[in-house]
Amino acid sequence: MSQFLQIMLSGLATGSIYALVAVGFTLIWQAAETVNFAQGEFVMLPAFFVLIGLNVLGYPLWISLLFGLVLSIVVLGVMFKKLVVEPILPSGGISLIIATIALGTFLKESVKEFYGAEAEPFPPMFPTDPINVFGAVISLQDILNLVISLGVVVLLTLFLNRTRTGRCMQATAQSPEVAEILGVNVKRMILYAFLINAALAALASFLITPVYLAKFSNGETLGLIAFIAAIVGGFNQIRGALAGGLLIGVLDNLTATYVTAEYRAALPLILLIVIILLRPQGLFGTSEGRSV
Amino acid sequence: MSFWLRPLFLAAMIVLACLAPLGQGNYIIYILTSWLLFSVAAMGLNLTLGYAGQISLAQASFMAIGAYITALLTLAGWHWLIAMPLSLLACFFIGLLLGYPALRVQGHFLAFVTLAFNTLVFLVLRNEDWLTGGSYGLVGMPRPDFGIFNTAKQLQFYYFALAVTVVAALVMWGIVRSPWGRAFRALRENPMRAESLGVDTRRITLLAFAIGSAYGGLAGALVTPLVQFIEPGSFGLVHSLRILLMVVVGGAGFFFGPFVGAAVVILLPEFLRFTEGYYLLIYSALVIVMLAFAPNGLIGIGARLRARFLPLQARGDLAQGSRLK
Repeated sequence: MSQFLQIMLSGLATGSIYALVAVGFTLIWQAAETVNFAQGEFVMLPAFFVLIGLNVLGYPLWISLLFGLVLSIVVLGVMFKKLVVEPILPSGGISLIIATIALGTFLKESVKEFYGAEAEPFPPMFPTDPINVFGAVISLQDILNLVISLGVVVLLTLFLNRTRTGRCMQATAQSPEVAEILGVNVKRMILYAFLINAALAALASFLITPVYLAKFSNGETLGLIAFIAAIVGGFNQIRGALAGGLLIGVLDNLTATYVTAEYRAALPLILLIVIILLRPQGLFGTSEGRSV
Repeated sequence: MSFWLRPLFLAAMIVLACLAPLGQGNYIIYILTSWLLFSVAAMGLNLTLGYAGQISLAQASFMAIGAYITALLTLAGWHWLIAMPLSLLACFFIGLLLGYPALRVQGHFLAFVTLAFNTLVFLVLRNEDWLTGGSYGLVGMPRPDFGIFNTAKQLQFYYFALAVTVVAALVMWGIVRSPWGRAFRALRENPMRAESLGVDTRRITLLAFAIGSAYGGLAGALVTPLVQFIEPGSFGLVHSLRILLMVVVGGAGFFFGPFVGAAVVILLPEFLRFTEGYYLLIYSALVIVMLAFAPNGLIGIGARLRARFLPLQARGDLAQGSRLK
C-alpha cells in the first residue's frame, strides 16, 4: 500500500509537469493552428539557458532562472513565431509540421555542439529531502512540483476566463474573424499565446530537469508525451490537457512497477492510438466535427 | 519536341546511373546503392503524402518490417525472390491497417498516430529478441544469387538494386497515371469533392497507405542484403523523419521528387563532412529556410522557373478556359 501511494504521488508529480507542457501545446494550437513538434526541445532548452547563466556568466541561481525565463520567452516565444511560424503557416499544416520537426533537430544539435553532449547536473530549486507520508517515502521536491504546476494551471485558467485579455484570447481561438470585427487585436492575442507557451515550457524545464539531468536529448520523449496528454485529455480544453498529463504520469509509473518495464514506453502510444480511434475529441473535449 | 524530350532525358538518367559507379571505390558504390533504396522508400511515402495528402511518419518502420522478414526468410535458406514478395505483401497489409486511423483523423493527429506506430515497431524489434535478435540485430544474411548473375560484389549489387528501382519506378509511374492515381490526387485536393464525384475515399485512403508501405517494405528487402546486418536502431523515428525530409526537399507530389530528395539527403552529409558535427545543424536550418521560401521543394523551384521562362501554350479553343485558374 505504501508503495502504491508512493508510485501514485510521484506519478502525479511528473504528470503535472507533462500537463504544463501539454497546456502550452493546446494554447498555440488554438491560437495559430500550429502543432509544435519541437515542444519537447522547448522544454529541454531553458535548462541550458539557466546553466549558461550559472556556469558561464556566474550569476546566482535565482538570477539565472530569471535569465533563462526571459531568454526562453524571447527565443521560444517571439523568435519562434516570427521566424518559423509566420513565414511557413501560409503553405499549410504539413509544411509547418515538418518545419517544427526540423526546428527540434536544430535546437537539439545546437545544444549538443555549443554546450556539450554530456548530461549535466541541474541545481534543484527545492530541498530533495525525503519525507514520510503514511509509510510512503516521498521527496518534498515531488510535492512542490505538483503544487506549483497545478497552481500555475489554475492561475492560467483564471486568467483566460476572468480577465479581459484572457477572454480576448479565447475569442481569437474560437474565431479570429469575428474577434477581429469585435475589436480584438488578434495578432497580439496570438503572440500572447506563443509567449505563454514559452513561459510554460521554461517552467516545466526548471521543474523537471533536476529530476533527470540536463541533456540535449531530453526533449525526444517529452514532446511526444505532451502531445499524447493533450490528445487524451481533449485538444481544445485546458483542463483536458491537465487531466491527460496527470493520467499519463500515473499510468507510466504503474506499468513500469506492476506490468512491464520493457514495454513501458509503449503504453502511452497504445493509449494514444486507442483514444484517437475511439474518441478523437479526447476524454474531456468537445467534438469539432469533420466533414467527409 | 517536348514529346521526345522526356524519354530522352529518362534514358540519359538511366545511362548516367549505370555509369556512375564505374571505377569508384566500394564506399562510393555503397552510398549510391543506399541512394537507390532510399529513393524507393521515399517514392512510397511520396505516393501517400505527395499524391494522396496523408502524412505518415512511419515509413522507416515498414523498411524495418520488410528488412526483418527478408532477413529471417533468407537466413532460413529461402531465396530473395521469394522472401521479397512476402515482405512486400506483409507491408501492404500492415499498411492497410495503419490507414484505418487516417479515416478518422487528419493532419497532425495522423502524424502522431504514425509516429506512435513507428516507435511501437521499434520497441517490438528491440524487446522480442527470440525472433529479432533484440538490440544485437541479425547478421550474415546472404546476397541473392541468380545463377548467371551473382550480387555478392558491391558493383553487381548496385546494378541489381538499380534494376529493382527502375522496375519499382515504372510501376509507380503506372499507378500515378491510372484512375487510382487521379483518385489519390482528388483526395488530396478536396476529399469532399472527390467523394461527391464517386471516388470511394475510404478505399483510396487505405490504398494510398498500403501501396506506400509496400514500397517501404521493398526498400527494406533491399537493405537486408546490402548491409547484411540489421538492428532496430537503423529503423528508428529519425529515419522516418529522414525519409519524410527526402520527399519534402525533393518536392512532394512530383514524380522525380523522391530521387532528388534522396540524393540531397544521402549525398549532402558527404559534402558537408568538412563541417563535422555541424552537419545536422546546417541541414535542419536549410530545411526551415526552404519551407519558408520554396514550399514545393527543389523540383518545385525548377517548375516555377520553367513556368516563368517557358509559359505553357494553351490551345486556341481552350485559351479562355486556361486563364481561369
